Amino acid sequence: MLNQNLKLNTKIFNSDVEKKSTRAGFGEGLLLAGIDNEKVVSLCADLLESVKMNLFADKFPKRFIEVGIAEQNMASVASGMAAMGKIPFMASYAIFNPGRNWEQIRTTICYNNQNVKIVGSHAGLSVGPDGGSHQMLEDIALTRVLPNMIVISPCDAIEAKKATEAIARTKNPSYLRVARNDTPIITTEETLFEIGKSQIVFGPENGLAEVGIIATGPVLYNALIAAKQLESEGIKIKVMNLSTIKPLDKEAIITLAKETKRIITVEDHQVAGGMGSACAECLSEFHPTRIEFVGIKDQFGQSGKPDELAKYYKIDTDSIIEAILKIKAS
Amino acid sequence: MENIKDETIKELKIKANDIRKSIVEMLYLAGSGHTAGALGMADIFTYLYFNALRHKPENPYWKDRDHLVLSNWHICPVLYATMAHAGYFKFEELKTLRKFGSPLQGHPHREFLPQVDTSSGPLGEGLSQAVGMAIASRMDNGVDKTIYCLVGDGELNEGQNWEAIMLGAKYKLDNLIVIVDRNFIQIDGTTEEVMPLSVLEDKWKSFNWDVQKINGNDFREINHAIYHAKNTKWKPSVIIANTIPSKGVKEWENDYKWHGVAPNKDQYEMAIKELNMLGDKLK
Repeated sequence: MLNQNLKLNTKIFNSDVEKKSTRAGFGEGLLLAGIDNEKVVSLCADLLESVKMNLFADKFPKRFIEVGIAEQNMASVASGMAAMGKIPFMASYAIFNPGRNWEQIRTTICYNNQNVKIVGSHAGLSVGPDGGSHQMLEDIALTRVLPNMIVISPCDAIEAKKATEAIARTKNPSYLRVARNDTPIITTEETLFEIGKSQIVFGPENGLAEVGIIATGPVLYNALIAAKQLESEGIKIKVMNLSTIKPLDKEAIITLAKETKRIITVEDHQVAGGMGSACAECLSEFHPTRIEFVGIKDQFGQSGKPDELAKYYKIDTDSIIEAILKIKAS
Repeated sequence: MENIKDETIKELKIKANDIRKSIVEMLYLAGSGHTAGALGMADIFTYLYFNALRHKPENPYWKDRDHLVLSNWHICPVLYATMAHAGYFKFEELKTLRKFGSPLQGHPHREFLPQVDTSSGPLGEGLSQAVGMAIASRMDNGVDKTIYCLVGDGELNEGQNWEAIMLGAKYKLDNLIVIVDRNFIQIDGTTEEVMPLSVLEDKWKSFNWDVQKINGNDFREINHAIYHAKNTKWKPSVIIANTIPSKGVKEWENDYKWHGVAPNKDQYEMAIKELNMLGDKLK
């Protein structure tokens, strides 16, 4: 059952659950961060409305910089602005930011330890029809290897809004991963969000769980549906929302692994280097545990509807159920 | 000032010669590093730190200070030596260049040397950082600071520079002064062999920058160019400074092989002797 202490959306399992994109949540959060602190500025590379920066740009035109289609320059310009005390948010599609401009992020942002917020929109397979060239499946890997960086992949629009406000209040370079499509609202305004803290969003009514699912991003919804379906068949499952991938909530991951002895990680990202790998690094060091990785397995994407792609690349609900049954039998 | 006194030029020449001696010594002690560019840019650095920058070496974080971004960081011995001569830190520190635990990293790092505004190394990024600083400075209603950015000519091969050059013109950053060290050398040979840049001033002009071309080893020309750049409105300024690689040590001048090597003991002693003689003449 849903963890009611977290004040989650009680309509999450309804067929008419409200949907909204995490990029829209970012846009709202950026506006709030801008109102809260005049040092917040924003930069974009010719994708203003696409990355939902228009709310901020309309309200604060003098604090908005349009750099054109030049993500590498954008990263280093943002670094220079941070050196002067600004808190720059720079956004583009994740494939270009942090894809195209990774070395600029490494050197001029992370190595400089400048307070720049990197927002990668349209991340994951869920971009759909645009095809494999635009489906960024490597961004978590690229960002979490960088010293000083915070990496957050929010599960829904509300969490994306809160995460945006939260990273504006830190001094670290930060990466926020958001997606294009409208996805189910899982949390509510009352749900607490804290950088670096995971949450057990679903668990058995009583007794210990026998499988632990750790999910990041909107695919948390797929994990919840899978857990709900198997709950009715008597399988006890805990589902963790791991929205902060760095710093990793090691204690909570180890606690979950100790209880369930079986872990499934779920992400719309390459398994190599992604959130599942981060969990594996943690567990193999502190509490070796059997893991099934649900994610993209060393492939590029292709055009299709997000649902078709999720099914084909095996990150949909059925694939998670399959992984649960497999790990339970092992 | 539009006109510079002969007395001031004499003082600057003496200072630049002392800085060159420090550069040769620190590179010799480090055993590796970039000699040609550092010596070639000694006059410009001397002018900036002793006659142009609004700064307080005893209070390096002074909020109203001008900012300087060195993009071609490999020539940092000239930055370190000039900063030491300006009083930012003790001369003794120069001897630790490139050594473990030194504030003077092989390429400057602001966590090791907080008196510098940026940490970098990879070429082609400093100009973007300087553009960002100039934009941010314009957003604040306060002192009108000047952002100086020094770039090498070879590093203009990097496409990111041209993205930054477009952005600087778009935002009419007349608080930004870029100085290109036009010494025509890069690692694999001359700039015109490796990747032709000529006609460099036409390129910048077509990007809508105010362009000046000077002899970067002549204080009168440097002074005039900086004066003009500071008084240019609605455009960022670039000063293309022709400099002589390894300027000051005749045997090394214009030889691209000195781009990335440090002198050995004999070479060091020869160079110091020559610079000492030059210094005596200046006095």
